[in-house]
Amino acid sequence: MKTLMLGNDALARGLYESGVAVASSYPGTPSTEITESLAKFNEVYSEWAPNEKVALEAAFGASLGGRRAFCGMKHVGLNVAADPLFTISYTGVRAGLVIAVADDPGMHSSQNEQDSRHYAVAAKLPMLEPADSDECYEFAKYAYTLSETYDTPVLLRICTRVAHSQSIVDTHERVLPELIPYKKDIAKYVMMPGNAKRRHPYVENRTDMLRQLAETFPLNKIERGTGNSSVGVICSGTVYQYVKEVFGDTVSVLKLGLVNPLPEALIRTFADGVNELFVIEELDPVIEAHVKSLGISCHGKDYFPLCGELSQNLISRTLASHAEPRAGIAAVAAPVIDAEIPPRPPVMCAGCPHRGMFYSLMKNNITVLGDIGCYTLGAAAPLAAIDTTICMGASVSGLHGFIHAQGNEAAERAVCVIGDSTFMHSGVTGLINIAYNGGASTVIILDNSITGMTGHQQNPTTGLNIKGDPAGKIDLEALCHAVGISRVRVVDPYNIAECDAAVTEEIAAPEPSVIISRRPCALLKTVKPKPPLAVNPDKCKKCGSCMKIGCPAVSMKNGAAEIDKTLCVGCAVCTQLCKFDAFEEVGA
Amino acid sequence: MRSESVKKEFAARNIMIVGVGGQGSLLASRLLGRLLMNAGYDVKVSEVHGMSQRGGSVVTYVRCGERVYSPIIDEGGADFIVSFELLEAARWLSYLAPGGRIITNTQKIDPMPVITGAAEYPRELIERMRAAGAEVDALDALSLAAEAGSPKSVNIVLMGRLSRYFDLPEAEWLRALEETVPPRTLEANKNAFSLGR
Repeated sequence: MKTLMLGNDALARGLYESGVAVASSYPGTPSTEITESLAKFNEVYSEWAPNEKVALEAAFGASLGGRRAFCGMKHVGLNVAADPLFTISYTGVRAGLVIAVADDPGMHSSQNEQDSRHYAVAAKLPMLEPADSDECYEFAKYAYTLSETYDTPVLLRICTRVAHSQSIVDTHERVLPELIPYKKDIAKYVMMPGNAKRRHPYVENRTDMLRQLAETFPLNKIERGTGNSSVGVICSGTVYQYVKEVFGDTVSVLKLGLVNPLPEALIRTFADGVNELFVIEELDPVIEAHVKSLGISCHGKDYFPLCGELSQNLISRTLASHAEPRAGIAAVAAPVIDAEIPPRPPVMCAGCPHRGMFYSLMKNNITVLGDIGCYTLGAAAPLAAIDTTICMGASVSGLHGFIHAQGNEAAERAVCVIGDSTFMHSGVTGLINIAYNGGASTVIILDNSITGMTGHQQNPTTGLNIKGDPAGKIDLEALCHAVGISRVRVVDPYNIAECDAAVTEEIAAPEPSVIISRRPCALLKTVKPKPPLAVNPDKCKKCGSCMKIGCPAVSMKNGAAEIDKTLCVGCAVCTQLCKFDAFEEVGA
Repeated sequence: MRSESVKKEFAARNIMIVGVGGQGSLLASRLLGRLLMNAGYDVKVSEVHGMSQRGGSVVTYVRCGERVYSPIIDEGGADFIVSFELLEAARWLSYLAPGGRIITNTQKIDPMPVITGAAEYPRELIERMRAAGAEVDALDALSLAAEAGSPKSVNIVLMGRLSRYFDLPEAEWLRALEETVPPRTLEANKNAFSLGR
């Protein structure tokens, strides 16, 4: 059946039809929908694990248990899962194991733009890279065959433009392979030095075999140009689409579906057939370095940027100035408007429970080590309440070091903030470090009862599983107490005075403390908005105090405060800033 | 059955849907994608998820033709820009192709720099877009959506207006609408579509 599918949904469909039985992942844009989509199939056991390392280990366990398994994550998630990744490369698999990793060139929703292909090279694993939804679907099936034929986990790399683009896919029925019975095999699966020493040569030999496969692999293909052009382009993934968009069939293209290991003879054959060779790839020159290592000269990063996404215009412009034919899209005279267009950065939503706590921290001039989630937006003006954002969990561990560098005085003016899901992911280990090694750190858990930024996924603190069914619920207070923190308190972030009191008391306390700032995300369907507030124009003194919280529902129109009633959810944080009681409930 | 002449008319259509995160651009793009696939074209729809959805400037690309490669539209490439908010139409103006058309909601939503007073919301944007050479079809989609029974149906009002410029029967649009929107909102969305059209 032909359907228009998101790349992530198509990938899930390909996994499903291949008979995947267990999927364990942690959400992360742009990878989240793969596992969400799998969770809709009742035949597949799917779960959100607390983090990517746990997820990959669970997926490996499922493979060991004889069923096809899957683990999905964003590029930075693979850093977290790197520890098991490098060693399951040695053990290999029992049933097929596929790991999808979604890179984010252009950083639409990420803190860096690392290129995951380096992991395939470093961990010596095959990596496939589809270029659209149909290929996501098809490559998922190839991935399981490769995994079982070559006894290896297989990486499937996608990028934002593949993950979040829809194109047409022809779907089929699911085929469930037989369960592979478990067989004890200490030499293969117990990676202590004596065994690992014997497995390493196996890995090298496997890479050689995969390299031979790459020469004739059907997903690596040469498309000879139909025109007179002597230009050849080597590319993969979404870059292939841009190249075809610019040149159609006029130039020769070597499209690589297997991006690790790379072929040698195939590249030589392709290069011999063209006069000018370009390697066009997003982010790092991985293919280019390989081509040059074969002694073949080519152009790549000397012309194309290392940073950001490519596009058809960028490729067309670049090649037009460097190559024959000077083809491509003619320069277009784009309309230019005679006006300054102010930027529209993302903001915390109206009614966001993080806002009250951030206002309190800003007002009290506190240094705030931040983390990864919606609350990273607390760094934006006018709150500008966050000092650092590095990676999942880094706020808690970072605060500990910060305080030990600066002494007790720092403890009285610094805190960290971390969301409920991020705390479960890797914040709790930082808290254990604080409890164990001491120091007067104040950790604020911004508990909005959901994984927010990635689009509302359940997590271990919500009491629901990936399907929305009842599940185990981690009690944050009990957990903090259990690791040895005695000062644990809960505040309502809609109440600024309560936040102020908790923050000032806990930073002054000479021992570690945890403040749980708890209120569910205002966008959750279970949260019923209150009626919007209105400004009483007779009471508004136009002082602008209410503008300090950066609420998108409150603005100054003609000098006076005004509430956008389509956005306001009646959280009443603004009323606590107004000395003149100008904000009123409608009908009051 | 789609006639050859219609097919020719549609040889390549690039539509950008722009607006503010939360305004429903994903649903509109999925409606368009479904419509064009039903009509027999190769289709690509490129969406934005994640951080920029939180009240930021969002853009979705919808492309159709005999064979579509790139999922994105570049500067100077859009036959239509459908904008859910006036400032966003102006922001993405350079993406309009020569002879392209802007369909924009006249609703204004202040971005944070305007809310905080760091910047001003520019005036006379419709006139200025026209002065830059763009065909502009502006309508108060928010009022029409309210009239249709749901202020959230701004996206479908604008799809109704876009449908004026497509050589496809209204029944095809309504079929795609039925296949895309949740059943409980179908009536309001059908109203919104006809008020926009």
